[in-house]
Amino acid sequence: MVFLSYLINGISLGSVYAIIALGYTMVYGIAKMLNFAHGDVIMVGAYISFCVTQYLGMPAIVSIVAAMFVCTVLGMLIERMAYKPLREAPKLAVLITAIGVSYLLQNSAQLIWGSNPKSFNSLVNIGSIRLFDGALLISDEAIVTVLCCIIIMVALTLFTSRTKMGKAMRAVSEDKGAAQLMGVDVNFTISITFAIGSALAAIAGVLLCSSYPVLQPTTGSMPGIKAFTAAVFGGIGSIPGAMLGGILLGLIEIFGKAYISTELGDAIVFLILIIMLLVKPTGLLGKKVNEKV
Amino acid sequence: MKKMSKTFINNAITYALVIVAFIVMTILQNAGVLTRSMKGQLIPICVYIVMAVSLNLVVGISGELCLGHAGFMSVGAFTGVVAAACLAGGVPNPTLRLILAMIVGGLIAAVAGVIIGVPVLRLRGDYLAIVTLAFGEIIRNVINCLYVALDGSALRMSFNTPVVQEAARTAEGIPFQVLINGPQGATVATKLATFTMGFVLIIFSLIVVLNLINSRSGRAIMAIRDNRIAAESVGIGVTKYKMMAFVISAALAGMAGALYSLNYSTVTASKFKFDTSILVLVFVVLGGIGNIRGSIIAATLLTVLPELLRAFNDYRMLIYAIVLILVMLTTNNPRFKQLRESLAEKLRRGKGAGNESEGGV
Repeated sequence: MVFLSYLINGISLGSVYAIIALGYTMVYGIAKMLNFAHGDVIMVGAYISFCVTQYLGMPAIVSIVAAMFVCTVLGMLIERMAYKPLREAPKLAVLITAIGVSYLLQNSAQLIWGSNPKSFNSLVNIGSIRLFDGALLISDEAIVTVLCCIIIMVALTLFTSRTKMGKAMRAVSEDKGAAQLMGVDVNFTISITFAIGSALAAIAGVLLCSSYPVLQPTTGSMPGIKAFTAAVFGGIGSIPGAMLGGILLGLIEIFGKAYISTELGDAIVFLILIIMLLVKPTGLLGKKVNEKV
Repeated sequence: MKKMSKTFINNAITYALVIVAFIVMTILQNAGVLTRSMKGQLIPICVYIVMAVSLNLVVGISGELCLGHAGFMSVGAFTGVVAAACLAGGVPNPTLRLILAMIVGGLIAAVAGVIIGVPVLRLRGDYLAIVTLAFGEIIRNVINCLYVALDGSALRMSFNTPVVQEAARTAEGIPFQVLINGPQGATVATKLATFTMGFVLIIFSLIVVLNLINSRSGRAIMAIRDNRIAAESVGIGVTKYKMMAFVISAALAGMAGALYSLNYSTVTASKFKFDTSILVLVFVVLGGIGNIRGSIIAATLLTVLPELLRAFNDYRMLIYAIVLILVMLTTNNPRFKQLRESLAEKLRRGKGAGNESEGGV
C-alpha cells in the first residue's frame, strides 16, 4: 500500500516535470538552444496565479488563465528581446544570455514579491479519493496533475502532427533554411513555440505549487534543472521522450528518497541519468545523428 | 618564427598584467587605501581567476561545455580543509601548510576528474554538458551528507550520521575536532589563505595552462576541438587528450577550491552549487572563449562589479543581470562586429603605412 502511494506521488511529480520538460524540448528542437530561463517562467506563472487568487479574490480557473496569458507574453517577449538578435551567434553566447534572463526574472520577482517564501494555497479542490478503507489516499492534486499531463500530451501530439503550424514547427526544427524557402515564417514559428512552452510552464508552475506549496523567487530553478534533465533523459527534441523522461524522473526521485536515502534523492536521480546516457548516449527516444566528415 | 614570437609576446602581456595588478594591489593594501570590503574581495578574485582560467581550458581549448566546474572546486575545498587540519601538528609553517593543502585538494580533485572524465568524455555536445551538471550536483549532494572528524591523529568519517566522540576518548583527553559536519559544512580552524598565495596560484595556473596550449599536446587538443574526425584520422588519441585537458582543469579548480575554503571560517557545500559553475562559465564566455587573458579580466571585473553596485542595494543583482544580457547582445551584434573589424583594419593600415612610410595608403 505504501508502495502504491509512492507510485502515485512519483507519477504526479513526474507529470509536472514532464510538462516543464515539454517546454524545454520544444524550444530546443526548434531554436537549438537550452532555455535556462524556462524554470523561472514557471515561478512567474505561480506568482501570477497566487496574486490573482489571493489579492483579487478571483476563482482558480481565472488565475490559471491569467498566469498562462502573462507567461505567454513574457516568453514571447524574452524571445524577441534577448534570443532573436542572437540567432546567428555562437551557442554559448545564447546560453549565457538565457542565464542572464534567468537572473533577471529571479531578481525582478524578488523585488516585486520579496524573498520571503509565500504559502501557496492549492488551487485544486475536487476532493481526494480514498481507497482500501482509507489506506491509500490519492490527493486531488495528483489526479488533476496527471490528467493535465495526459491532455497536454495528446493535444501537443495532435497539434504537431495535424495542424499547419505544427507542420511548420517540424519543418523549422528539421532545417531552418529549407523551411524558409518553402514559405514558412521562421520567426513567427519560433515565437509560437516559445509561447506554447511558456504557457505550459505557467500550468506547471500552478500544479507544482499546489502540490508543494512553498513559493519563492528560486522556486523554479531546481524543478527547471530536473525537467531539463528529464528532457535529456527522454532524448532532447522529442515530445514523447520528454513525457517519458519526466515521469521516469519523478518516479526515480520519489522511490529513491523513500527506499534509499532522503538526503541523497537528487544524487540518485542524476546518477541514474548518467548511467542511462552512457548506455544510450542520445536519450531514450532521441534520434541518432550520424556525423559527416 | 614570427608566429612564435607573437604568442610569446601575448603570454608575456598576460603575465605582466597579473604581476602589475598584484604589485599595485599590494601597495594599495599597505598604504591602507583599500576599504574592508575590497580587501575581503582580493582572495576570492584570485580564486575566481584560477577557476575561470581552468574552465577556459575545457570550454575554450578543448571545446566541451562543462557545467559542473564548481563540483571540482568543492572537492578541493573540503579535502583542503581536512588536509590543513591534519597537518596542523606536523607542519607549523602556515604558508607551507597552505601549499600542501592546495596540492592535496588539487590531487583529489584530479582523481575526481578522472572518475568523472571516463564516462563523460564519451558523450558529446549538450549531453556532455548535462552530465557534467549532474556530476556537480551529485558531488554537492554527497558532501552534504559527509561527516569527518579528527580524532587524535586519526580521521574518522561517516556517511549520513554525525561522527560522535566516544566518551572513553574524552576521558583520556584525546583532542577531538569535527572538520566536516554534513549540511553545516566544514569548519576552518585557522585561515591560511593569503593574497600572495592567491597570486602565486594564479601564476602557477597560467604557467600550466599557457604552456599546455602552446605545446604539442595543446595543439592536439585544439585540433580535436576544431574537427574531431579529422584529428582522429591523423592519429591523435581523442580520449587521451580530452582527458588531459579535463583532469588538469579539475586539478586547478581543486587547488582554487582549497584556497577559497581556507579563506573563510566555515564553508558549506551549498557554496558550490550550480550557480557557481554558471558564474565561472559567464567569466569565460564574457572574457572570450579560449582567451586566457580575457578570462582573467572578466573574472576580476565581474567579481568586483556586485561589490561596486552595493550602493544600489536591492537592485544590484538586477543590474548585474541586465549588464550581462546587454554585453552579450552588443558583442554578438553583427553591426558591432563590423565596427570592430573596420577599426582593427584601420589600425593595421595605420601601422602598415608607418612601416612602408612613403607608401601613401
